[in-house]
Amino acid sequence: MNCERCHKRPATVHLMQVINNQKTEMNVCEYCAGELQQETWGFGSDFNLNNFLSGLMGCGYSPSLKKSGSVACPKCGSTDTKITKGGLFGCDQCYETFEEQILPLVKRIHGTMQHTGKVPKRTGGRARLEKDIRLLKAKLQEAVSKEEFEKAVKLRDKIRSLEQQLQ
Amino acid sequence: MGIKDIVNNAHSSWMNSDGPEGDVITSSRIRIARNLSGIPFPNSMSTTDAEAVFHAVQQAVSKSNQQLNKLELLNMGELTPVERRVLMDKHLISPDLLKDYQKKAVVLSENEVFSIMLNEEDHLRIQCLLPGLQLEKAWELANNLDDDLEQVLDYAYSAQLGYLTACPTNVGTGLRASVMLHLPGLTMLRQINPIINAIAKLGITVRGLYGEGTQAMGNLYQVSNQVTLGLSEEEIIDKLSSIIRQIIDQERAARQAVHHDNKYQLEDRIFRAYGTLKYARLLTTDETMKLISEVKLGVNLRIIEGVDASVLNQLLVMIQPAYLQKQANRELSAQERDVLRAKTVRDELNINK
Repeated sequence: MNCERCHKRPATVHLMQVINNQKTEMNVCEYCAGELQQETWGFGSDFNLNNFLSGLMGCGYSPSLKKSGSVACPKCGSTDTKITKGGLFGCDQCYETFEEQILPLVKRIHGTMQHTGKVPKRTGGRARLEKDIRLLKAKLQEAVSKEEFEKAVKLRDKIRSLEQQLQ
Repeated sequence: MGIKDIVNNAHSSWMNSDGPEGDVITSSRIRIARNLSGIPFPNSMSTTDAEAVFHAVQQAVSKSNQQLNKLELLNMGELTPVERRVLMDKHLISPDLLKDYQKKAVVLSENEVFSIMLNEEDHLRIQCLLPGLQLEKAWELANNLDDDLEQVLDYAYSAQLGYLTACPTNVGTGLRASVMLHLPGLTMLRQINPIINAIAKLGITVRGLYGEGTQAMGNLYQVSNQVTLGLSEEEIIDKLSSIIRQIIDQERAARQAVHHDNKYQLEDRIFRAYGTLKYARLLTTDETMKLISEVKLGVNLRIIEGVDASVLNQLLVMIQPAYLQKQANRELSAQERDVLRAKTVRDELNINK
């Protein structure tokens, strides 16, 4: 019998895979078996992070409020059912569409719902200004407590000018 | 030097043994996840969407300031399965980039410090890889590249949740900082599991060599942050670095203790490993990984003189099936690989005697 994948070399390896309770069997040559293993390398386990996530999401979602599958993201068409199953969002818009479910999920994973890290320079706009003001205010407090008043005055002026930009 | 040369050359700069804390830390990696606003994430994108990402990133890359280290984009579909696998063995791409590769591409810098995976789980996964413990430096470099790209690319970002990612576990900073540690001492003293359990409580994970779902081969472990939201990038890196420094101290103490208490047994084991590597005619991947780990320990403890640890790091890539087939330029049976693997190891260790 020839290999069921390349149809050239003799089949010497019997491959059996069980994914989501579906058993597939193939007779392949040694080379194709190696390649198939490379392709699925490290992903043999059915029980991965995404399964965990869908579990987390499932319990945060209340089916009594909305019928499962009834909400679809207007941009990518992902439904809550699809997301719960795969553990991945379809696009950036999904974060707004499914906000009710996402925020508690994010809180469960990270213990918080507020980003305090980097803000993109060009597109960050308001968020970046707010972050800069927060940092400058912390520096101002420090300068005051160390009685470095000249430095504090400069910082205060800088904060004022940024706050004006915000308005 | 183009990407094909990168595939043909087993050496990468992260393999250099003179990185900070190089006796325990093999490499430091920073990965940041970014997505383009308005294009579906890779899990639900069409081929046209995938090409739009390639195009946008190509534009951004050509305008970036990385002139000294030219960045080059290559579609994964243009590479053979063996070439793709070599890039993975060199830690330049993740196993995920091998799946559904027609929609995926990689941008590499000539010196192999930067790689940007396109359409992996997120549109962009910017990676910076350096030898030894250099997380701060790697973050600085990745951050600069990210700033360059952001001048052209519109990232999906929200003031509340930060950078938006396909998986909610990466949202916020999108930052995964990880360090590859060689821990033969703690492994011998059976201290690995208590350490894994302890640091897991601090939001830090320990994995095998190639990340999620893989086993620790050759006593190599990857330690990385789990939480990406609510802390700044610098805070994440500080926290991870301070934990890593404690593991380094414990590993060094473990090596000294093992050597002190079982001098002859340990030296015998290390020299037997060295002898096997230098003279064996058949070597499997698993066996070779174990032997290289022992010889590396011997070099670090100055039991073995005259072997460069960089060569041992490089061998970890050269003995993998993909690289061997690349060298032979044809398919090899399992036994042919074992023969070529043994020869490769002998050649490398004899040149560098």
